[in-house]
Amino acid sequence: MNNSISTTATSLPAKNAISTSRAFVRRVVRNKALLFGGGLLLAMLIMALFAPWLSPHDPYVQDLANRNVPPFWYAKGSLLHPFGTDQLGRDYLSRLIYGARISLLIGASVAVISGIIGTTMGMLAGYFGGKTDMVVSFLITTRLAMPVILVALATVAILGGSLWVIIVVLGLLKWDRFAVVMRSATQQVRSLEYVAAAQAAGASTTRIILGEVLPNVVPHLIVIATLEAASAILLEASLSFLGLGVQPPLPSWGLMISEAKAYMFFSFWLIAIPGSALALLIFSINLAGDGLHEFMTPQEKADA
Amino acid sequence: MTGQKLVLDVQGLNVDIKTPKGILHAVRNVSFQVHRGETLCLVGESGCGKSMTSLAIMGLLPKAAQRTTTRLSLLGDDLDKMSAKHLNNLRGNKMAMVFQEPMTALNPAYTIGEQLIEHYCHHKEVSAEVARNRAVELLDMVGIASARQRLGQYPHQLSGGLRQRIMIAIALMCEPELLIADEPSTALDVTIQAQILRLLSDLQKELGLAMVLITHDLGVVARIADRVGVMYAGEVVESGTAEQIFSNPRHPYTNGLIGCIPIPGRTPAGGQLGTIAGVVPSLIGDLRGCAFRDRCSYAQPSCEMTIPIYGVPEEHSWRCIHEHGVGQ
Repeated sequence: MNNSISTTATSLPAKNAISTSRAFVRRVVRNKALLFGGGLLLAMLIMALFAPWLSPHDPYVQDLANRNVPPFWYAKGSLLHPFGTDQLGRDYLSRLIYGARISLLIGASVAVISGIIGTTMGMLAGYFGGKTDMVVSFLITTRLAMPVILVALATVAILGGSLWVIIVVLGLLKWDRFAVVMRSATQQVRSLEYVAAAQAAGASTTRIILGEVLPNVVPHLIVIATLEAASAILLEASLSFLGLGVQPPLPSWGLMISEAKAYMFFSFWLIAIPGSALALLIFSINLAGDGLHEFMTPQEKADA
Repeated sequence: MTGQKLVLDVQGLNVDIKTPKGILHAVRNVSFQVHRGETLCLVGESGCGKSMTSLAIMGLLPKAAQRTTTRLSLLGDDLDKMSAKHLNNLRGNKMAMVFQEPMTALNPAYTIGEQLIEHYCHHKEVSAEVARNRAVELLDMVGIASARQRLGQYPHQLSGGLRQRIMIAIALMCEPELLIADEPSTALDVTIQAQILRLLSDLQKELGLAMVLITHDLGVVARIADRVGVMYAGEVVESGTAEQIFSNPRHPYTNGLIGCIPIPGRTPAGGQLGTIAGVVPSLIGDLRGCAFRDRCSYAQPSCEMTIPIYGVPEEHSWRCIHEHGVGQ
């Protein structure tokens, strides 16, 4: 045997040990999408959580003497009602703040419910293949053949509209993208040698799916979850706009737009303010999702 | 090597794969034994069933493949009749495997340390601290410097050679009795190949492992094998000690393989290397006679009949109609 070849590999210079918390902060700060989108989302979350303390007025109290007061930047507006009042004289800023609760609740719960259903189905199909895959693929195509908004409308028409009905119906309808993406991502990971290596090391199937495959598909999962949360919020707004979603007097942003449509040409802000809030929320969710995706990949994790 | 404990006993191993065209007989009636402290090399060209044999032993065959054996036992435990749970207890613990492709055999989502420790904790039920020390010890053993710092690194930060060392360390964490290495050096560049193979053979001697090394590099075999099994078209066509195979090959295929290696000093510079004309035949459907007969210059009409096995079983035997082999 050739003795000139050493069995000791040359070492890289050891990295300075940086405390993990400092490395974490550095990674967040460097990730602009996460910093900006996450910050915005966090602000909205705080706004929703502390709504009773942040809102200047009760969002349900009507004041018919002060209807359609414009926001403060108009000549007729005042800082008493910074965003003005609606057609029933309710403070618009307070309704906007309480409305954030509805939107975030719907976005998060729908993403969680449909995420659990879709990820389970997709991963099982991708991992086991064969008959399992055929069944799941059939379910996905069946689901894709149903128009979400129509099925949601029909269900809500039968069961009656309420916040919880909306959450459950959307949660049961929006798992398709999770299933499709998780299926193909799992198929790809499953064929890699580290899955066989885990099997060779005596890991059980459950352990391999949860411990080896799942961590490698989580970045995809996060992107889909944020897209679906944003889309669920928009769907709720559409359903509320059509009168079949959240029922008045709950202050949903979609409902606010719907109630304001009659005043569109005279009191433009009644549509513009909840509309902008909705757009800003969707934007921040998508941005945060992108940032988080990048944040979760191992390449990024290591360069702390 | 006789007298040492028998670690792996494979008798009459068959692997059949269902394909749309018919049943593909990937491994046909393969038998061998590996004792403690012994290295068995399975050699042969691509597609001759070497990898299938190793996957069959580990129970990692694809779903379409069916394994049948007359006997498949590890340390006296019958692997064929074992429950999945019992099998998972042995895998990684008593038998371990090193894969061909170190770039994909490590999970990119975990650090080296997590991957080293995970299965050790799982099998041995020890604390993370004990496992951590064991991991550092193992990384030292496979020649990785500054082991403690390495534990926190992710696979993509390491080179191919380092990753293969890590794979070997992971395989050895639980002190297995049997190590199966499926072309562990094929994906690495030539200088690293030599290091990895030398490391494997050093560790094998040091730890008294039973090792099954699968390779198509006869140069490697000559240096580290105790026993050699030459495989062709899913069958072991000749088996014997490394000494017997290289100095006294009997089967025409073994002869052909040896003829393909350049020998410094004997092979004229710039001259043509030996080749074996033709390709491995299709293994689909019923196979009769010697699978090598189409490429063999010693072929006779009787090669289409059932082929006898000559020589002494468990010592030097060959599957050929030529009772005394064809010599070199």
